[in-house]
Amino acid sequence: MPSFVITEKCDGCKGQEKTACMYICPHDLMTLDTERMKAHNQEPEQCWECYNCVKICPQQAIEVRAYADFAPLGASVIPLRGTDTIMWTVKFRNGTLKRFKFPINMRPDGITDPYAGMPEANFDDIKKPGFFNFAID
Amino acid sequence: MEKETNSFQFVEKPAVEEVDCDILILGGGMSGAGAAFEAVRWANPKGLKVVMVDKAAVERSGAVAQGLSAINTYIGDNDPMDYVRMVRSDLMGITREDLTWDLARVVDDSVDLFEEWGLPIWKKDAEGHSMDGIAARNAGLPSLKEGATPVRSGKWQIMINGESYKAIVAEVAKKSLELNKAATGMDENLYERVFCTRLLMDSNDSNRVAGAIGFSVRENKVFVFKANTVLNGSGGAVNVFRPRSVGEGMGRAWFPVWNSGSGYAMGIQAGAELTLMENRFVPMRFKDGYGPVGAWFLFFKAQATNAMGEDYCVKHADIIHEQFAPYDNPMGTNLRNHAAMIEMKAGNGPIMMHTDKAMAKLAETMDEKAIKHLEAEAWEDFLDMTIAQAGLWAANDVEPDKVPSELMPSEPYLLGSHAGCAGFWVSGPGDIPGAPEEWSWGYNRMSTVNGLFMSGDVVGASGHKFSSGSHAEGRIAGKSMVAWCLDNADYKPTVKESVDDLVAEMYAPLELYAKYNSYTTSPKNVDVNPNYISPRMLQFRLMKIMDEYVGGVSTWYVTSGTLLAEGLKKLDILKEDATRLAAADLHDLLRCWENNHRIWAAEAHARHINFREETRYPGYYYRGDFPVVDDENWKCFANSKYDLESNTWEHKKVPYVELVAAPTPA
Repeated sequence: MPSFVITEKCDGCKGQEKTACMYICPHDLMTLDTERMKAHNQEPEQCWECYNCVKICPQQAIEVRAYADFAPLGASVIPLRGTDTIMWTVKFRNGTLKRFKFPINMRPDGITDPYAGMPEANFDDIKKPGFFNFAID
Repeated sequence: MEKETNSFQFVEKPAVEEVDCDILILGGGMSGAGAAFEAVRWANPKGLKVVMVDKAAVERSGAVAQGLSAINTYIGDNDPMDYVRMVRSDLMGITREDLTWDLARVVDDSVDLFEEWGLPIWKKDAEGHSMDGIAARNAGLPSLKEGATPVRSGKWQIMINGESYKAIVAEVAKKSLELNKAATGMDENLYERVFCTRLLMDSNDSNRVAGAIGFSVRENKVFVFKANTVLNGSGGAVNVFRPRSVGEGMGRAWFPVWNSGSGYAMGIQAGAELTLMENRFVPMRFKDGYGPVGAWFLFFKAQATNAMGEDYCVKHADIIHEQFAPYDNPMGTNLRNHAAMIEMKAGNGPIMMHTDKAMAKLAETMDEKAIKHLEAEAWEDFLDMTIAQAGLWAANDVEPDKVPSELMPSEPYLLGSHAGCAGFWVSGPGDIPGAPEEWSWGYNRMSTVNGLFMSGDVVGASGHKFSSGSHAEGRIAGKSMVAWCLDNADYKPTVKESVDDLVAEMYAPLELYAKYNSYTTSPKNVDVNPNYISPRMLQFRLMKIMDEYVGGVSTWYVTSGTLLAEGLKKLDILKEDATRLAAADLHDLLRCWENNHRIWAAEAHARHINFREETRYPGYYYRGDFPVVDDENWKCFANSKYDLESNTWEHKKVPYVELVAAPTPA
């Protein structure tokens, strides 16, 4: 369903140059009303429900209401994304609740040098198949 | 209609910034990220400048932006030649086997790196039970590279905890670019929220790329990127055809809604040769939410049937064999679609996936804890990659272990990385036994335009790469591009086109809007104005034309020479009207150009279907006037080339050559 922003929770990312949701949306849907300092999804029918805005929002102000042209009302799927796991709460229309927790990243501290410990490029091989670290015999 | 020109009388001219580099990567998806990682390692010692441009944020851009629950290409212990046979078989016998072979021998290295970079990959423990990636590591199981057994959901697929798949791969690409920036002293080499509209051609060589031009979606600024070589990794085309859901649900395309055919459009206009652009992909997925079915079929062993409980593939095996042998053994994705469509047209729908029966069968031998684990695995499949499907199940009170779910063939998509193969004709690696010499012109994955490389969705005749294969293909291209730069070290890009003209063309929709908007009383959201067309309405028109004339869902994917002729006429007029697109702001301007690009992808697709006078891909589309596979005349590539100067298309047949012998595996 398209994402929506809960008025009370959104703080416009406290007047920073861009909001977190504007930064992340792969389809440039999130926009900030600078008078109200509230973000919103400007084209709900272009929303893939990828949940990247939901996951990144520091205020947990963004949720998703499933596509109204085929989904009944009353359910919700809400993530809480940490550094190495994500928790999901799935609420059914009939009230049934399901909770899941899945790993997302084994190196949550990130990578400083992606080439650390890897071989240098060997220019004798540049026109051969394979990669700088992976020769094909 | 009178032609409008933009002389910037109503809107301000944007600032124009020139960016000089050696290697320009357009698109930061899986293949662009792979290209950056590989190219920088070769570029840094030579002082070559690598620049990436993405219309979104690389952290979550491209087809993997949401996440994935599986990596669909991991060779592992399999015979890479079987992979080539599988790809050929699923694409009805015609594929560039040199490209597929080339990929099969390197793709696992990218997957091994993903795990090293932090991607959790499911493993099998000593008893053969599946464990998630972090549990496996904590239990002391080795990595894939060290010999762990992955959890196969199919012969080529492995299960992952892939919510952050793209973020992990993107982080490495961004770090690589930072290292290149430091090594070469560039001020900036990652341009996010910049949308490229056209490739730039060299003023001295009409068949050589010299860069690209794009605009910022955040500020009034245009970038002219000049480069020795350009990688076109800008994705497939979605919502070119009218989708089944046309309200809010239009966004719930199976492939990402932001894939606007830009890679096709830019390459076509640069004169790069296309191949198999008639191919399309119509995935049969859970209805409306388009959640993945692969794990349900292959991992949970669920069966799909018509409403009477009959297995439609078994039911129609004989007639499909009669009509489409030898391509029914094994029955590929499109032929399974075809079998389902026979049932749907006969009114024997809905087609149901029996998730409940599959779960019950699996649970027979499991304790309660294992059943709970199984249920979580089933939900993770959706929550990692199609959260909307989980939401749709919850909205309909569907618990997959209790009730079955409906399947539906989607609207058509144009792509070359998943189970489709529409794209550009590229140079192969050159060392594959039996490959014709003319399939390789020196630089792996270079198009027929000098200096212009392709990767991911826009590479033709090389499907079934998926996420890992696209990353590996980006690396292949990235490395080749360094070789190109070293061989053409003296090259100085001089742009053939007038930058002023291109900037005026790019900003014309803003000018038109400012010029005419006040003519009517309509507010922006209900904009009716005889002087222009909104990008939204242009897209609706395109989708309607494609749906009704080029074999969309409304005709059950049927078209013909006469329908195509009519559709192409309408596309021509739509292209004229595209010069009347109007944009109220930079976001609208993005939509204008995305939809302009969609028209080019759509037109190429229609022209190719028109050229190929047979039905090569039943279940994806049908030529009503040539309803069967015609191997005698059409077991070949169909290639085309557009010439911008004369506005003409040329089509030709290119012989198919088999490089890997049968038998095709069952």
